[in-house]
Amino acid sequence: MGNLGIIIALALIGGGLLWLLIRAIRGKEVNRRLIFVFILVSVAAPILFTITFEMKPTPIVQALYDKIENLPEGSKVLLSFDFDPPMAPEVQPMADVVSRHVLAKKHKAIFMTLWATGQAQFNITLEEVIRRDFPEARDGVDYVDLGYKAGNEGVLNVIRTDFKKMFPTDVNTVPWDSLPILNGVRSCSDFDLIISLGGGKPGVKEWVLFVGDPTRVPTAGGVAAVVAPMLYPYYPGQMCGLLGGIKGAAEYENYFRDNHPRYAGMTTPAMLMMGPQTVAHVVILAFIVIGNVLYFVTRRKEVKR
Amino acid sequence: MSRLAVVVFVLICAAFALSWAVRAGVTGGDHALREAFLVTLSAFMTLAIMSFMYRDNPYYKFAEHLFVGISAAYWMCVGFWSTIVGNLVPRISENLSEFFKVPYSGGGLDFDLFFLPYRYFYMIPIVLGILLLMRLVPKAGWLSRWPLAFIVGTFAGLNLIRYLQSDFVNQISATFVPLFVEWHGFGDFIGQLSLAADGQFVAMMTNLIIFLGVLCGLIYFFFSKEHTGWFGGASRLGIWILMITFGASFGYTVMGRISLLVGRLTFLFRDWLGIMS
Amino acid sequence: MRREIPLVITIFVGFLAIVSFFSPPLEGLGEDFTLFFDIIAVFAFFLGGGNLVRIHANKLIKRKTDWVYSIVTLVGFFGMLSAGLFKIGNPGDISTSVTAPGSLFSVLYFNLNLPLGSTMYALLAFYVASASYRAFRAKNREATVLLVAAFVILLGSTPFGTLLTSWIPHPLDILQIPNLAVWIMSSPNLAGQRAIMIGVGLGVVSMSLRLILGIERTYLGDDRG
Repeated sequence: MGNLGIIIALALIGGGLLWLLIRAIRGKEVNRRLIFVFILVSVAAPILFTITFEMKPTPIVQALYDKIENLPEGSKVLLSFDFDPPMAPEVQPMADVVSRHVLAKKHKAIFMTLWATGQAQFNITLEEVIRRDFPEARDGVDYVDLGYKAGNEGVLNVIRTDFKKMFPTDVNTVPWDSLPILNGVRSCSDFDLIISLGGGKPGVKEWVLFVGDPTRVPTAGGVAAVVAPMLYPYYPGQMCGLLGGIKGAAEYENYFRDNHPRYAGMTTPAMLMMGPQTVAHVVILAFIVIGNVLYFVTRRKEVKR
Repeated sequence: MSRLAVVVFVLICAAFALSWAVRAGVTGGDHALREAFLVTLSAFMTLAIMSFMYRDNPYYKFAEHLFVGISAAYWMCVGFWSTIVGNLVPRISENLSEFFKVPYSGGGLDFDLFFLPYRYFYMIPIVLGILLLMRLVPKAGWLSRWPLAFIVGTFAGLNLIRYLQSDFVNQISATFVPLFVEWHGFGDFIGQLSLAADGQFVAMMTNLIIFLGVLCGLIYFFFSKEHTGWFGGASRLGIWILMITFGASFGYTVMGRISLLVGRLTFLFRDWLGIMS
Repeated sequence: MRREIPLVITIFVGFLAIVSFFSPPLEGLGEDFTLFFDIIAVFAFFLGGGNLVRIHANKLIKRKTDWVYSIVTLVGFFGMLSAGLFKIGNPGDISTSVTAPGSLFSVLYFNLNLPLGSTMYALLAFYVASASYRAFRAKNREATVLLVAAFVILLGSTPFGTLLTSWIPHPLDILQIPNLAVWIMSSPNLAGQRAIMIGVGLGVVSMSLRLILGIERTYLGDDRG
């Protein structure tokens, strides 16, 4: 039934694109609301009929995976949830799978955020990943949530040299000295890996500039697709890996699931989103082609006139 | 209000009530009514924003204005509890620290600054913060320049060092990549010549394009010399590199925007309508 | 005095931020001043909220266009503010996180803020599609290069691209669309982004210097304000 639905949906989309092309060859535009309906159908249909694909990690994604995988057990990893609801569809899957990987390898996960909304977004990871998949993990021992602090780069400038000054307690006001996971942590230099998950400002760029470069602690990121191309200059010298957009998240999920059979049953929201992404990308490409056909036909008519 | 508007409003209310009832029946268990109401509310807020695609309308305006109010209050609350209560209160008042149940750190601290106890030092941001709020008072608005100057000065000082090191020196250093990769002689190079993604030729081309691309891109942005002759040629190459950059950015932007739509539609189909698992 | 004192503050704080980076004895003072900045940032949030209330209250009182929606904004604002400041419905005591699951604040965030914010940005997908059809034209060679790069990236980020070119043998596999997409990101895209980054970095440094030296004063506004 699902396969039949996909075939019908794809046939409808294909037929619609063909109709658009014919109209373009005849020099006729279509109302923008029809374009909106097109994109809605091309995204909705694959969601309803669940198309998924296997994905191989690209080198920049593989680099982050290998970094977490090869850290000695018990390494301290700082994860910063620097995103808000608009970025969540792309970044939340990354945050979930990276957090899962860190805890699966028995590293110590220290969570914080530079965005007020990051605190609430972390609660999603806490409920759906940490408490569900790692019920034996103890707050304050295996992981800790330090919460949010205002000040953007100002926060990073302080924690670079004195972490406790900025975060004297965790998010539930448990004092720093009462948290065993933070024993031996004085500044960011005492972490083995820093991962920023976000896509705005402050984000991965600020972590690289204000913490990664001065302290030489390996820094990585998971970012919304819009920001990903801008961070490539930092790789690999200043940034040890990057998940770019939902594709990066899907590659990481696929690779993690294949290499950690214990989590074979985990939810893979990013992989599920690649089906609609694929169809939507093809439709967008078709729009570009059809739009240019229309442009050249119209221009030729005007030249003739 | 026109009759059509009233009819639309009544229909929306009826749809809301129907969705609430059906969702409650499907969910079951404790708090079913509450959970069903919240999911239906989220769904209708989503649809209200999406209705803008047809045209601007009162439901979109309602949702938009609600979002503005809630967002502003959210940031205020989280900022207050995390930074004012978390960082300021423990440094200035033992009584307040006890009230908010945060560990007091203001007494017997790091040092006495200019013969004042440390906690008085932390009155400075309170004073500056209040001066910032003077912006709301027309006649006293000029006082907000002081904390603004503090913010600007801090940003300028921090950014100067960091951008100079990370975005200038380190980037230039990273541009000097070897143009001959795994070089064992010209014969060996010809023998292995291929367009394999992991091959020597592609690796050398990559490094060459990085080096030339950065150089020509910077030449394009140099407007103090006329872009003629070899300088103009290099500038032209820079434009082409930048066009590829913008094309890549566009591709990723499309991916990002589509992801957001997928996220919302997934919520509507799975959490609200329940037509997918 | 209205302009001189802020200038002195900017110069002093700016120099301190720079010097504390190079001088370990001043590092603690630099950290404290940065902490001041973080605290003042929260007051900026209060300023934003206060300004919002002032604008919408003014609109409401003077019955300007769409004044009814200002009621919505104010109700939403004060409702969320109350839920957050008084931690209504929070499990545990006053020390529990303001966003603790089950709190009214958390419920309002996940059921109002999250869907509203996400959907606002999700609308951009429609506009990107519309722009692809109506605005993305290969009018000249440069635009065509941009289009081709976008094509490769869009196709390469989906399994469809793999399907189209998987037949290309290993000695030529850079021409496989996924590999080409990866190469474009790590070579010409990197070069272009780096050139932009160096240019922007220089701009930031020069602007910061101008601010710290007191040459740039536009942030002070005019003397009426």
